[in-house]
Amino acid sequence: MPPREGPYGLLAEFNTPSDLVRAAQQARLDGWRRMDCYTPYPVEEAAEAIGFHHNKVPLLTLIGGLMGLAAMFGMETWVSVWAYPLNIAGRPTYSWPAFIVPAYEWTILFAGLSAAFGMLALNGLPALYHPLFNASNFRDGATTDKFFLCLEALDPKFNLAEARDYLMTFQPVSVVEVDY
Amino acid sequence: MASGELKEKTELEAGLDPDTGEYRVIAPGQTFRSVTEKITRIVLTPDTALGWFAIFSVGGALATMLLVAVTWLFLKGTGIWAVTQPVAWGFAIINFVWWIGIGHAGTLISAILLLFKQGWRNSINRFAEAMTIFAVVCAGLFPLIHIGRPWLGYWLLPYPNTMNVWPQFRSPLLWDVFAVSTYATISVVFWFIGMVPDFGTMRDRAKSPLAQYAYGLASLGWRGSARHWMRYETASLLLAGLATPLVLSVHTVISFDFAVAVLPGWHTTIFPPYFVAGAIYSGFAMVLTLAIPLRKFYHLEGLVTDRHIDNMGKVMLATGFIVAYGYGMEVFMAWYSASHWEAFMMWNRMFGPMGWAYWVLITCNLAIPLTTLWSRKLRTSIPFMFFISIVVNTGMWFERFVIVVTSLYRDFLPSSWGTYRATKWDYMIYVGTLGLFTSLFLLFVRFLPMIPMSEIRMMLPAAKITPKKAAEAAD
Repeated sequence: MPPREGPYGLLAEFNTPSDLVRAAQQARLDGWRRMDCYTPYPVEEAAEAIGFHHNKVPLLTLIGGLMGLAAMFGMETWVSVWAYPLNIAGRPTYSWPAFIVPAYEWTILFAGLSAAFGMLALNGLPALYHPLFNASNFRDGATTDKFFLCLEALDPKFNLAEARDYLMTFQPVSVVEVDY
Repeated sequence: MASGELKEKTELEAGLDPDTGEYRVIAPGQTFRSVTEKITRIVLTPDTALGWFAIFSVGGALATMLLVAVTWLFLKGTGIWAVTQPVAWGFAIINFVWWIGIGHAGTLISAILLLFKQGWRNSINRFAEAMTIFAVVCAGLFPLIHIGRPWLGYWLLPYPNTMNVWPQFRSPLLWDVFAVSTYATISVVFWFIGMVPDFGTMRDRAKSPLAQYAYGLASLGWRGSARHWMRYETASLLLAGLATPLVLSVHTVISFDFAVAVLPGWHTTIFPPYFVAGAIYSGFAMVLTLAIPLRKFYHLEGLVTDRHIDNMGKVMLATGFIVAYGYGMEVFMAWYSASHWEAFMMWNRMFGPMGWAYWVLITCNLAIPLTTLWSRKLRTSIPFMFFISIVVNTGMWFERFVIVVTSLYRDFLPSSWGTYRATKWDYMIYVGTLGLFTSLFLLFVRFLPMIPMSEIRMMLPAAKITPKKAAEAAD
């Protein structure tokens, strides 16, 4: 559990994605780890700059897809061979080619749901509250046209005054203290 | 004369990007804020245009008619329709296939064009996806009301029950249940996930507390973190990669409903690709039918540009030729199969009592679009493209009519021949779904951001990371 008192972090606002990426890269080089960038659209360079390269969404999707495949193919086989065998024009009860179609659909269904909900779960969403929304300039810009770098108080290097001075060296539009 | 030509030339050039020689995807001069303002204002304004109410009342009236017709259907049974022997599949199946096909273009635009990195799709993918979902809603209605006792519709699903009965997994009709339900689910999820960041923008731009609250809930607390964005992008790409084989499988499975039967006119291997191409053909026509009035009404010409109209015309030209190949192959196989029944079916389809439907289809799907869509001038003529979109939608409806009815009404045994004449209830339900579709679409346009803002921002020149500064930072 993160501490629920004191500052959450310091939020620097930039006008262009280039400024943000430059600041984030430098902060990472200077040893900052607990930080995040906030952008109104995906900026791959920003994620690279804070050292975020891999995510687990593809793995979850693969697992989900395989589960869907196994579940449907298994059910079809069980139903057709054991639970309710039917003679359909003399075909074998285990007519696996016909089972492929629903199994294929469920592979996609489970994989898709795993990708979507797995992404949300890994992101910690839905979240009804986040301290960043306390920053007055965050809501005006972060989802429209501004680019933010947040140094979080959980970082061992974090000291309010020093971190503020440090962020000022990147010449941001503003540096705002974010409270819980 | 000369000055007229000159004026035309400069107007044409204004729409062209000097770097690529192509039509611009987004008109010049847009910024992050201007794009955001333009798209959010449509939704967040307290004033609803009078025109919106006018169209909504028409759509709502037709949807009410659908309600009346379906209520009567539930009271009296499917006997109020024209379906009987030998034409046991009528309007319900025709409309089902037609609506599902329309939906396919939305998935094509949102998924396949994303995988192909076609940046121009960004402006139109949101409302194309919305179109998909509403088309699937209309489509899904038909099999449900056609099963006769719709309150027992859940019998289609495999579940343990006291009757000890399970579905028969070797039937394409059951495959349909899984294909269409998966398609509906994945389309809704993909559409919603795509809107989450835009809901965040709406929440932050909304003035009224109710709108802030509603969009805030829908945004799931989205805050645009770089880590979130990367997972989001991966998930979007994966969903697109999954939706692509899905959309191809859905119409393939639907074509199996026909192709697995031994009826001349249905029993053919060309059906899966021909159905999919036809679906995309009619779907793009429907996207044009919706996009052209929308961009005019909401002044979105800067975001949905002539380039989009032009490209959609090209896709229609390509898929139209695949469809033409399908028609040609049907005729060829009728002769080449040396089957008396196949040959008669094709002769009857062209020159029998319902031959007019075949020629309407040929005129609307081949003769008009495939001769004119070659011309860039016509492809960028907005009234002409609107006209073409209506023509193709009509043609594709007739294609389904021809496949279903003209194969069934005169089959092997002349003593069992019959005819098919739709009743007023058939027409009311069909036109009613058009009203339902229109109403749902208007609600979408009024309450949800119809153009994906985050994806548009990515395409603006300001989104470029300057390499010089990045290089400095690396030192």
